[in-house]
Amino acid sequence: MRVYLDNNATTIVDPKVFAEMVPYFCQMYGNPNSLHQFGSESHPALRKAMDQLYAGINASDDDDIVITSCATESNNWVIKSIYNDYILNGDKDHIITSEVEHPAVGATCKFLEGLGVKVTYLPVNTDGVISVEDLKNAITDKTALVSIMWANNETGMIFPIEEIGAICKERGVLFHTDAVQAIGKIPVDVKKAHVDFLSFSAHKFHGPKGMGALYIKGGQQLSPFFHGGEHMGGRRSGTLNVAGIVGMGKAMELAVEALDFEKSNVRRLRDKLEDALLQIPETMVVGTKEQRVPNTILISVKGIEGEAMLWDLNQNGIGASTGSACASEALESNPVMEAIGAEADLAHTALRLSLSRFTTEAEIDYAIDVINKAVVRLRAISSTYAYAPEWHVSKL
Amino acid sequence: MAKNSLIGGSIWEEYSQKVQDLMNHPQNMGELTEEDAKNMGGKLIIADFGAESCGDAVRLYWIVDEATEVIKAAKFKSFGCGTAIASSDTMAELCKGKTVSEAVKITNIDVEKAMRDTPDIPAVPPQKMHCSVMAYDVIKAAAASFKGVDAASFEDDIIVCECARVSLGTIKEVIKINNLKTVEEITNYTKAGAFCKSCIKPGGHEAREYYLVDILRDTRAEMEHDHLLAISNSKIEGSNTVSFDDLTVVKKFQQIEAVIDENIRPMLVMDGGNLEILDIKQGDDGMTDVYIRYLGACSGCASSSTGTLFAIEAVLQEKLSKNIRILPI
Repeated sequence: MRVYLDNNATTIVDPKVFAEMVPYFCQMYGNPNSLHQFGSESHPALRKAMDQLYAGINASDDDDIVITSCATESNNWVIKSIYNDYILNGDKDHIITSEVEHPAVGATCKFLEGLGVKVTYLPVNTDGVISVEDLKNAITDKTALVSIMWANNETGMIFPIEEIGAICKERGVLFHTDAVQAIGKIPVDVKKAHVDFLSFSAHKFHGPKGMGALYIKGGQQLSPFFHGGEHMGGRRSGTLNVAGIVGMGKAMELAVEALDFEKSNVRRLRDKLEDALLQIPETMVVGTKEQRVPNTILISVKGIEGEAMLWDLNQNGIGASTGSACASEALESNPVMEAIGAEADLAHTALRLSLSRFTTEAEIDYAIDVINKAVVRLRAISSTYAYAPEWHVSKL
Repeated sequence: MAKNSLIGGSIWEEYSQKVQDLMNHPQNMGELTEEDAKNMGGKLIIADFGAESCGDAVRLYWIVDEATEVIKAAKFKSFGCGTAIASSDTMAELCKGKTVSEAVKITNIDVEKAMRDTPDIPAVPPQKMHCSVMAYDVIKAAAASFKGVDAASFEDDIIVCECARVSLGTIKEVIKINNLKTVEEITNYTKAGAFCKSCIKPGGHEAREYYLVDILRDTRAEMEHDHLLAISNSKIEGSNTVSFDDLTVVKKFQQIEAVIDENIRPMLVMDGGNLEILDIKQGDDGMTDVYIRYLGACSGCASSSTGTLFAIEAVLQEKLSKNIRILPI
């Protein structure tokens, strides 16, 4: 049996999404900007896709949802262009973000720090969430942008986005949110949250890879990141990826339709898995079930290093993820784990399991069985559970 | 390298089959107890290295014959990734049958090499080398425990990296054994500098007494000094232990000049010509480029860029090294 429990990394393309995309490869392949039938025949599908995207996040017609290649591009664009428009060519000097952002935001802010921008990285509590009070205290009249994620990729924790949006609006500061891990898992409404910019990525909600978007509130200035043509109203140049846009639109529509299913069924399976794993002694999960998106579990299993766990799961056909240092190329411990700061062990014993609406009950039952067996095998190897006589002074 | 590094791969693909097999079925995993020691007529030794909060921890068990100091049994327990498990397993295997003094000489390279499928291909990717270094550290701890001495007697105990508990001695040794050239390599091999990064260079999280950048520079200088010493000693003793290609540019110049004086110049002088060496450069391709200028009759001679040149080059190549190239200016 093969079980995919790494849906926060990427998801299967919904076959319905794929079916919508197919005609735009070999049949209607024209450039939509061309003045001929080949180009214009894809226009109805593109318009429909844009409608689906606008409806999906409750954007109004005078807002822009600019199609990009991924959320990393969207995040880079908004942060670097805010730097250009409001700091380099304006009187602001400050950006606020959190310690647990995706590197697409975190590393971009670090880059700007190198250019002299002041960046505040708001700390998180042991559940991995920032405090609204900290945000209020951090905002100055020189703050150009607040960039806070909607939900965290590792922990699944949901941030108080509506409150943050209201504070930013009140203080007259622009607000960007990386909603990559929220769309398709919980309702995302740009109006309720008072966001000025919002990034998302199709492949996290059963759409194609290589498709992202940046929502820009109506009338909001933002200099382009990609110069070169007149695509997307001049906001983002590059020939439109027709099939990709059609796929992202359909994926958004299906994701929003499935939100109730996500809240009930995906959540039920997630909770079943979580409850079963918490039966194993010396395990802990970050954050309460209610505070998290319905599909994510970040569990620490004492005595078992994350990569070793992934190895055993993979041997049994299960794909999951770890924030453990050993599994990364750079050996750096995961900044999210470090920021939570509960115990250093967590950074090395974390296992992230993320479900989707395609996850079945049989798969969860199988996963529970495999993880239990892996825990038995790996704890038998682990020095944490090893024998030592009384005279031995342990240095572990 | 560039093409292969763009898409990136799974580090698991870089594990040798032996490593993978040991991850799935470690051979020496387990515990040894006082009772086992009594039954085997030896002394139980237990040593720890690492910490769970650092991501790797290993506990090594030995039963040692007190008279002969032979390690009669070795087992391990390990908290860590698959390569840590495989390295610990291999380390325990290598200990068996050796005396304690012999075991202390097992290096991280021995452990890593023992896990290779083929002699030329590393068993683990570079960022996993620290796992085998850890295996080597726990042996020292066990030996110290057996001999009733401080582990410091096997190494100077100045801890450079507090997070990963890596000592100055280990770092210098690993630099020398593996011929490391960058701080990143030190981190890959020892894990020093992988966590808070304070020990990499001044200006980090907290001030440290020793920094990896300084240790690397000083150790490289030491290595260079030792190398030069070896060369000059070989010169004095007249032995040929150091090949021409490893000599410094000055030494090369002296040797080339000597060969030219003895074998080439007399012939050129007979024809009313001569040559001088303008410069010697070490090319990136491993060649030693010798720039010369012809003097007297040679300077206009048609053969100076063909026959004569080839003859000069051939003599130097035969006497000194194939990697000499003559470039007339």
